Order: sequence, then structure tokens, then C-alpha cells
Amino acid sequence: MSLSTDDVRHVARLARLALGDDEIVALQAQLSDILAYAEKVGEVATGDVPPTGHAYPLADVLRDDEPRPSLPPDAAVATAPQAEDGRFRVPRIVDEA
Amino acid sequence: MDLSACDAATLRTLLGNGDVSAVEVTQASLDRIGATEPHVKAFLRVLDEQALAHAADIDRRHAAGEPVGPLAGVPLALKDILCTAGVETTCGSRILEHYRPPYDAAVVERLRAADAVVVGKTNMDEFAMGSSCENSAFFPTRNPWDLDRVPGGSSGGSVAAVAAFDAPLGIGTDTGGSIRQPAALCGLVGVKPTYGLVSRYGLIAFASSLDQVGPIARTVTDAALLLAAIGGHDPRDSTSIPQPVPDLTAALDAGVDGLRVGVVREFTGDGMEPGVRARVDAAIARLGALGADVVEVSLPHAGYGVSAYYLIAPSECSSNLSRYDGVRYGLRVDGATTEEMMARTRAAGFGSEVKRRVMIGTYALSAGYYDAYYAQAQRVRTLIIRDFEAAYEHCDVLVSPTSPTTAFRLGERAADPLAMYLSDIYTIPSNLAGAPALSLPVGTDDAGLPVGLQVMAPVLGEAVLFRVARALEADLRFDATPTGRNSLAEVLA
Repeated sequence: MSLSTDDVRHVARLARLALGDDEIVALQAQLSDILAYAEKVGEVATGDVPPTGHAYPLADVLRDDEPRPSLPPDAAVATAPQAEDGRFRVPRIVDEA
Repeated sequence: MDLSACDAATLRTLLGNGDVSAVEVTQASLDRIGATEPHVKAFLRVLDEQALAHAADIDRRHAAGEPVGPLAGVPLALKDILCTAGVETTCGSRILEHYRPPYDAAVVERLRAADAVVVGKTNMDEFAMGSSCENSAFFPTRNPWDLDRVPGGSSGGSVAAVAAFDAPLGIGTDTGGSIRQPAALCGLVGVKPTYGLVSRYGLIAFASSLDQVGPIARTVTDAALLLAAIGGHDPRDSTSIPQPVPDLTAALDAGVDGLRVGVVREFTGDGMEPGVRARVDAAIARLGALGADVVEVSLPHAGYGVSAYYLIAPSECSSNLSRYDGVRYGLRVDGATTEEMMARTRAAGFGSEVKRRVMIGTYALSAGYYDAYYAQAQRVRTLIIRDFEAAYEHCDVLVSPTSPTTAFRLGERAADPLAMYLSDIYTIPSNLAGAPALSLPVGTDDAGLPVGLQVMAPVLGEAVLFRVARALEADLRFDATPTGRNSLAEVLA
């Protein structure tokens, strides 16, 4: 798979990475190389082989439905770059119309 | 007595008999760090005050006849990927440079309960992505055997600290080889346990279906003691196996007589250095001489392991690392909109290897590519697991080199990401299979650099893994003291 710079810009947008032009150019070559190597998995005839998500078979692991202490709200927001009134503060998301 | 030369088992005896105090042992570790650290740079943070306070508390309890843990007073180097309450936890990244977690990882709680003394948090490739420790956002760590060479990665700091005799024990994590490869490059024992044996609660996630915490030590016995202390079920990790840790010490000295050892045919290919091959072949011959039945086995799909891994791990990482968005913790770079703030924060906070893997993963999971990449890689993963199952019908353990090469020079592979990825060609299959594997030093090459033998076992087969390693260790008597040209010993002399 050979990626164009437009492909790389599109993926960077999906990944929320504001990359510079030099990074886009470098990644175009590097991602093409790495994906060409990774694409070797396509050589394997897998037919109806099921995919493995986790190697150890555990399913539907649930905890008991009992209230228990959890992280206090002030501790949860203490690490935030910006917090206000026990909440995380971010730039405006919805325009006032 | 040189306390920093003692292994953990010896320190346990000395401390238990009251021959030395935990404070003396901790101070010896801190003094050794003071001497070695300018050359090795294994630590992101040395926790001298906290370590000495913990040691003093152990001594007080010991004197009062109160209980102390099974690793009481033994110094330990902790990889900076595990959350420590109130103590900076960076994961080797600028995006978490000043992050102080509000809670301890399960492994940190268990180390505290065992009374292991955490002397510092160690350097690593950013978010555990790398095989050289050069991807740390802060500085590279150096190999005590040759200070111009890498210690391996991503757990390079913990491994270098143990190899430098800063501490007898280290904690690392292994997603594709990040404990075993640096252990091999620095002449140590490093273990990736069965997936689910050690809780991932409070472990900063890279690739959640592969990540596992494990021990680093200079002896097999020490590694077993440490794994016994950190393993076991934890209800806070839904992938934690609801069983106790297998008894690792009961059969430790049972020898290998009659065990069937499989040599993996596919793990002898291109790129393996002659010095690695020679030492590994000699070690396998010793296993035969000790009574093991050495047979050749095939893992026909193992050659696709690296390809599958470089789809699965980046896919999971691109999802896991979406949490670093400048909102809840870590770095924030301002932007006019929330999306712009997030994109600028991530561009400024992540290094180039992390960006590369996030990009690969985002692409592999994007519309139209999911089946060809991620799902196909997961099907190949199933075939690799079946290969292992078939091999274990004919043998009890498998052996191979841990790494195709010995320690390489700083900067040597930095410009070629794919060449760096191939460092993990022999270690990745065990991560994909969720099975345990161990690296044991089996000698040095002609340049005096350590060579590691990988021993692999079936899921929850830790007991046989340690048994084989212990038999070979007793036979080979490898000296873990880094010596030779440009080694730590030479610059300290």
C-alpha cells in the first residue's frame, strides 16, 4: 500500500494530530514501508479461522453490583489542565447561534 | 560487605537474620545509583526520601516483631509506566511530563505489601514503543556492558538499573518483547508472564490485549520471588486470570532430565548474528547434556508474527492513546476550538514513534481497511496460537534466541523504524499467544556483549519455564557483572 500525502493528512485529522508538512512527508514514506510489511498477513489463507481478540478465554467478567467508594471528584479533576467547579474546562464546542 | 552486589534472595536472608537493616541496604542502593547514574542514566526519578522512609518503617516493624513482607527491604527499580499515587508518572512522554496519578497501580500496591523498596522510577521508550530506550522524550539510557550501546527497550531503564547493580530487582512491561529483549542485551533474567497473571490495573495502556507486567533480575530465583509477589487475581482488571500464581519455587531445582525441549526451526533465519547463534546453540547443547530431550519443532505462521503485531498493537494503541486529549490530565496546548486544542496538544506532546504508531493504527482501523488489516491480523494470531498448541504436543518448552543481535549502538537504527521493529521477531509470537516466556543470559559474543536464550512455555506454564532456566543458569554460571571495553566497570575503575 502506497499512501499519498493527502491520505496521510486525512489519517492525521482522524487521529487528531496537527502535523507539520515535514512530518507529513516523512510519514508518507514510513507508513508506506511499514504497511507494506504488515500487509504480508494478507498472504495467509485464513478462510473461516476465527479472529483472536484476547489470548486467554475470559468472557463477561462482571463485578458484584454493590456500591463502593470511588475516586472523589476533586481528586479526579486535580490533574486537569483546566478545571472549574469540579468539572473539566474545554474551549467552546457548540456555537451560539 | 558490598550490599549492592547481593541478589534479592541473599538480602532476604541477611535482613531476616538481622545482619543488616533495610535502611543500610536502601542507602547502599542509593549510593550505588549516585555513582552509576551519570554514566547509565537509567532513572527518570530517584525516590530517596520515600525509599528511606519505607526502609525505616520495615526496620521498625522488624524490631517490634510485627509482620514484614516477603521482599522486605529489597531495593527495586520501577518502570515509569506504572501509576504511583502522588509521584510523577510520565511513561517517558512529554504529554504526561508533570502527571501525578491519584492512585497506585495494583503492582505498586503488591510491591508495597511485599515490602520491596522502590528506589526510583525508570526510563523507557515513550509509551513503551521502542526497542532501544532512545524513544524516551527525556534522554537515552545506556547499556552498562558498553556505554555507547543501547540497553534495549522499552524497559531499558529498569534493565540498565539492575545490570548496573543499582538494585537487584526491576519491574518492566512486555507488549512485544520489552522485558526480554533488553534483559538479553544486558545479561539479565527477564520474564513475560502469562497474559492475565499480573494485574494491569494502573498500568498505562499501550496495546491492551498484549501488555503484561513482569520481573527483571540477575538470577532466576530472584525473578521467581518477584513474580510470586506481584502476580495473582485482581477484580479491577477484567482480563486478570481468576487463579493464584503457579508455585514457582517447588520444582525450581528439579532439573531438566526427561524434559522435552523444542528448538523452533523458523527462529534461525536471516539477520541473526553468528555470535548469537553460537551461544544459543551451545546452551541448547548443554540442555541436552543435562538430560533434556532436544527436538526440532515448527511454528509455520510465526514468520507472520511481526506483520500481525504491527497491525494489532498500533490499532489498540491508537484507541488507548485517544485519552491524551488535553482535557483530563497532562499537557494542553491552546486552540480556538476543542478539536484544534486536542490536535495541537497531541502533536506537541507525542514523539515521532508514538505518532507513527497512532497513525498506523488509525489507518488500519479506518473505514474500508478494518477487515484487511486488523481482522486479518487477528485471524493470523489464531493460527500462531494453534502452531504453539501443536508444538506443545511434542515438547514441554520451546527455545530460541531472544534477540537476533546483541546490543546495537545508539543511533544505529534510529532512522529505520522497520529495522527496529525486527528486534522483536522472536519475542512477539509469545505475546500474540498470551503465553509466558523468559530470557536467560547464556554467555557473551566475541565483542563481550551478552546473548540471551528465550525459553517459552504454554499458558500458565511458568513453573516449567523457571525450572529449565534454573537448570541452565546453574550449569552455565554466567557472571552478570558488566565488564570489558567501555563498560561501566571500566569507567568507574
